[in-house]
Amino acid sequence: MSDVDVRPPAAATGTAGAADEPSGVRGAFSALTARMRGGDLGVAPVVAGLIVIWTVMQILNPVFLSSDNLSNLTMEMVPVGVISLGVVFMLLVGQIDLSVGSLSGVSAAVTAVLFVDQGFNPWLAVLAAVALACLIGWVYAQVFNRFGVPSFVITLAGLLGFLGLQLHVLGAKGAINLPFDSKLVTFAQLDFVPPWLAYTLVVIAAAALYGTGQARASARRKAGLTATSQRMLVLRSVAVLAGLALAVWYLNRDRGVGWMFVFFLALVLVANYVLTRTKYGKAVYAVGGNVEAARRAGINVRTIYTSAFVICTTLAAIGGILAAARLAAANQSTGAGDVNLNAIAAAVIGGTSLFGGRGGAWASLLGILVIQSISNGLTLLNLDSSYRFMVTGVVLMLAVALDSVARRSRASAGRA
Amino acid sequence: MANPGGVLLVPIHEEDAAPPHGSPPSGPPPLPTKASRRFVMSSSPPSPTRSVAADAGTSGGTPAPLLSLRGISKSFGAVAALSGVDLDVSAGEVVALVGDNGAGKSTLVKTLSGVHPPDSGTITFESREVSVTSPAAAQQLGIATVFQDLALCENLNVIENLFLGRELRGLRLDDVTMEVRSRELLKQLSAKIPSVRVPIAGLSGGQRQTVAIARSLLGDPKVIILDEPTAALGVAQTAEVLNLIERLRERGHGVIMISHNMADVKAVADTVAVLRLGRNNGVFDAATTSAEELVAAITGATDNEVTRRALRSAGAAAVKTPAQPAGTTADKEGDADE
Ligand SMILES: Nc1ncnc2c1ncn2[C@@H]1O[C@H](COP(=O)(O)OP(=O)(O)O)[C@@H](O)[C@H]1O
Ligand SMILES: [Mg+2]
Repeated sequence: MSDVDVRPPAAATGTAGAADEPSGVRGAFSALTARMRGGDLGVAPVVAGLIVIWTVMQILNPVFLSSDNLSNLTMEMVPVGVISLGVVFMLLVGQIDLSVGSLSGVSAAVTAVLFVDQGFNPWLAVLAAVALACLIGWVYAQVFNRFGVPSFVITLAGLLGFLGLQLHVLGAKGAINLPFDSKLVTFAQLDFVPPWLAYTLVVIAAAALYGTGQARASARRKAGLTATSQRMLVLRSVAVLAGLALAVWYLNRDRGVGWMFVFFLALVLVANYVLTRTKYGKAVYAVGGNVEAARRAGINVRTIYTSAFVICTTLAAIGGILAAARLAAANQSTGAGDVNLNAIAAAVIGGTSLFGGRGGAWASLLGILVIQSISNGLTLLNLDSSYRFMVTGVVLMLAVALDSVARRSRASAGRA
Repeated sequence: MANPGGVLLVPIHEEDAAPPHGSPPSGPPPLPTKASRRFVMSSSPPSPTRSVAADAGTSGGTPAPLLSLRGISKSFGAVAALSGVDLDVSAGEVVALVGDNGAGKSTLVKTLSGVHPPDSGTITFESREVSVTSPAAAQQLGIATVFQDLALCENLNVIENLFLGRELRGLRLDDVTMEVRSRELLKQLSAKIPSVRVPIAGLSGGQRQTVAIARSLLGDPKVIILDEPTAALGVAQTAEVLNLIERLRERGHGVIMISHNMADVKAVADTVAVLRLGRNNGVFDAATTSAEELVAAITGATDNEVTRRALRSAGAAAVKTPAQPAGTTADKEGDADE
């Protein structure tokens, strides 16, 4: 906008605040603690929780942190992780989708029927299933926007309805096997990134992190703002480089890094960019934080809600198709059982607030990592799903309690 | 609906006989009780004979007000929220809009901000007659409103709130420029915000008010309307916001401030426009009018608990020679006599 009534950047002095962009390691730390005191916990609790869980699991069973098991873990977390990324969008706008499980089941069933029974090209089958999910999300949004029905009621109806549709589509057989040699199945089971490419990607990631950080810092310095120090930038990139390279090396001792995991990572990165670096992303947070304020700021609130519904149902469909591909079958239990709740729980455990407007794309990855680690670790201990449910329930309870406490602390910080 | 003139026409209260009360020791010349009751004016629509700004004398008399309302009426079904209200605001003038609950202050502000267009009456902005049919139209004209509920997103930081809905470079946010502009703007307002990167949730009420006002300034408005900017604030924060309002005046904005607090009104306003039961009940020069007189105009009578209390606390100072009020007050009497 040109009508903004302030001087050009060159006139800025950058003295308006002390605790702004952290410039060094200590600055970064104090900024983090200040944020946390204000009730914005970010990903700190889930990272702490993950360390605790991994430590306990490793003590209970030394196989847990083996290359073999971790490689497996990164693959099995993807389907529900993708679904939970969609749930993050819904939670950010302050709504919820309870039907993601059965939507993923329907999408898997539709894909399988079109691909296997009808002989469609597999990608066309996938596209059709995803388009159907898009349409469903759009219909949800229309009901929500026009009739003001709460999203949890709409999607509760959807949960039931689409479970029925899934059973109907699958027919009497109740299961459709996907050919093992189809691209869909190999993608979810057998395709791993060749080591040289994996290391190259790691180097590119670290270089990109440094490059964008450097560009940002110099732009800020030029504008007279405080900026991350050169040392901090280098340190951060080196840490990422070392961490990722170590992870790739460790996973490559076994099967390596699955393409499906890379796909999930890419989705998270794109979602993260969209949420943090675009006007649309700010609108999503604004709608979740204060709808009235968003409306008065000229944001088309209905469009934002519609987009969240559609993104959520679309990602649920993709997650469901990946789940079926991983199993090489779409059956009546695809997307059933704890898929729905795990997807929602992952988003919340990862730090997305149930109250709207707080959280982010990384929450889905971190949250599903927690849930899948618990599930995987307990399975290694030969404990049945009853324990898994109970432990996951306790962790979810902790996450929600933390969310509520953080909200209270924000409220009291605001009175300061 | 009571006729505001009734107070003038039927002065039956026993205090009429009593000696007139004075103002606080340091205040302007005392004023006869009776005079204060005669600020009964223009529920008769078009009588735009004078410019408020000229009387307020802030800048030696500007020719035409920036914003002029004439004969604004607005009904909600059977409720006449506004009937024939006039209001003038000049550039660099702070007009306090006061009145009891239900007097129509918020409704008047909403007609200006395009929330409820008026049923009748004219709005003249920069000497052109305009119609404010929507909030967007109001912003287009250069009329910004900061509503009492502020409408900020607590989860977003100061920069994000300032630029919400008008971010620079939508697909790859230019947050450096947005931060620079945010800091510049807040600096111009001498705002005390710890950091532009803290979420609103971490700010005090006064700081939030400041952010809301700064946000309204981004559209470069000529007139800024503040609905009860100090109502929810403590003493220090109120002072902060009042300073900010003075800064808006220095920048040459016309400011309309709704307030219930006579101390705030006296502290910062140039002119005080009183609404009562949806009608004008006087326009006063803030510098020469006492809080008691304003309260009298607001309540429509000197004889009520509020003024009696004020009188009691005024104490012995009340016994003083009545003096003829100056400035706006005198003009008002003239108007009322028409
Ligand atoms: N949207 C509305 N619908 C019906 N009546 C309204 C509406 N807004 C205001 N009113 C009425 O108009 C009158 C003036 O209200 P308002 O402008 O809110 O007063 P104030 O802000 O001075 O307290 C009141 O009698 C109120 O009940
Ligand atoms: Mg009001």
